Amino acid sequence: MRKVTQERALAILSPIAVLVLWQLASDVGLVDQRYVPSPVAIAKAGWSLAATGELEKHVWASLRRLAIGFVLGAVPGILIGIVMGLSRWVRAALDPLVAALYPIPKVAILPLLMLVFGLGDASKVAVVAMSVLFLTIINTTVGVVQLEKIYFDVARNYGTPWYKLFARVILPGALPTIFAGLRISLGVSLVVLVSAEFVAANSGIGYLIWSSWQTLVVENMFVGIIVVTILGVLTTFLLHECERLLVPWRQ
Amino acid sequence: MSTIKIQIDRLAKSFGQEGEKVRALADFTLTVADGEFVCIVGPSGCGKTTVLRIVAGLEKADSGRVDVRPSGTGRPQNAMVFQEHGLFPWMTVEDNVALSLEMRGVSRQERREKVGFFLEMIGLTRFRGHYPHQLSGGMRQRVSLARALMADPEILLMDEPFAALDAQNKLILQDELLSIWEGSQKTVLFITHGIDEAIALGDRIVVMTAQPGRIKAIVPVDFPRPRSAAELRADPRFGALELSIWRMLEDEVKATRARTEGRA
Repeated sequence: MRKVTQERALAILSPIAVLVLWQLASDVGLVDQRYVPSPVAIAKAGWSLAATGELEKHVWASLRRLAIGFVLGAVPGILIGIVMGLSRWVRAALDPLVAALYPIPKVAILPLLMLVFGLGDASKVAVVAMSVLFLTIINTTVGVVQLEKIYFDVARNYGTPWYKLFARVILPGALPTIFAGLRISLGVSLVVLVSAEFVAANSGIGYLIWSSWQTLVVENMFVGIIVVTILGVLTTFLLHECERLLVPWRQ
Repeated sequence: MSTIKIQIDRLAKSFGQEGEKVRALADFTLTVADGEFVCIVGPSGCGKTTVLRIVAGLEKADSGRVDVRPSGTGRPQNAMVFQEHGLFPWMTVEDNVALSLEMRGVSRQERREKVGFFLEMIGLTRFRGHYPHQLSGGMRQRVSLARALMADPEILLMDEPFAALDAQNKLILQDELLSIWEGSQKTVLFITHGIDEAIALGDRIVVMTAQPGRIKAIVPVDFPRPRSAAELRADPRFGALELSIWRMLEDEVKATRARTEGRA
């Protein structure tokens, strides 16, 4: 018990120690403040960005694109993945397509998506959806294919109608693997979203970081980096909670 | 004998692609009476599970037919107790047991009430909210058994349900099954590796040959009921019967071994 408390204390203390060292290094001039501002300077910049409401605007812009894109990629991904997992024929037909499209860096097709969806939010949402889609398809397919044959026998023997086979056997059985895919998708979609916002947006955290770099407001750049990190941690936590609720038998 | 329940007539089944066909089952004919407990023993790969799966409707025979006389009560014809891993890991004990009710569209409220009796019977009332992975192997197979009984089928099909259990648990579950069955009048087809298990449980034992599986002998077991699987073992006639069935099986097991080694 005491050991656990000690470990927890260390886990909290070590980042604080790093921040204090960083601040000291900045203060005595060991770190060049033009490139790496001190924690206090970053906090001040963050505070003033928040006070004007600008930070909030960027956070919401990014979150909205992320959430909509994620759902638009994940839902069809799960559905397509289940069909592919269940039918050898569909799998044979779609596997080569998925295998060919999956490795394309999704940022590489951003210009194409902008051509199709225009300069607004839709292209950013689409690029996130695309990166989520293929990962989800692949993981869902694996999850369904790996379902033990015996589950289908049991379902049949106990007179399971098809819609209950889907809701009570196939989906729950594949859910752990689906969530593994969603977790990876989340990380990837944050990367893709920030990159897209670098070059093709006038709001969002990616835009904040890029425009701060262009105007050499280094503190704001760091604010952006920290905020996007927090976003990543929070959304991962949220997904984890969803998983805990929907996959309670895996704890 | 009483009325006929299951009539299996010259069943045959092969597996595999054209050219590499493996004959799993050949000329399997068996008549099972209503309320009878029939055990099937045989070497691995002799097609005993295939018989069960065909009776259950999970597999189609290449030729031959299975006739089940319906009782006209509207109860499900059969329910299977599968080998280990037959429970859904994502369903609680209660939901697993109530599976047949859920699939028939019985409301959650009603399921909760009905499942109580069976949970009590298998002694797992305290575990109704647990998931299968939180249970021991013996508890899991109890849940499997309760799930099949909850469906209230006319025929209980059991596919080596106790194979993965240790010897003590096996004995306990055999006795539990006997006491449940003796009050139920259900027809049972029970597949097992264990000759002792077959003797302890069955009215008759079907001994099968190695691949392709045919019936080598049908041995009646006339120990009086109600039986106790544990006490029966003390009877000298038990050992004699076990030995005589083993003699029949021995050649078949050796034949299977020779074949698999020849292939390797």
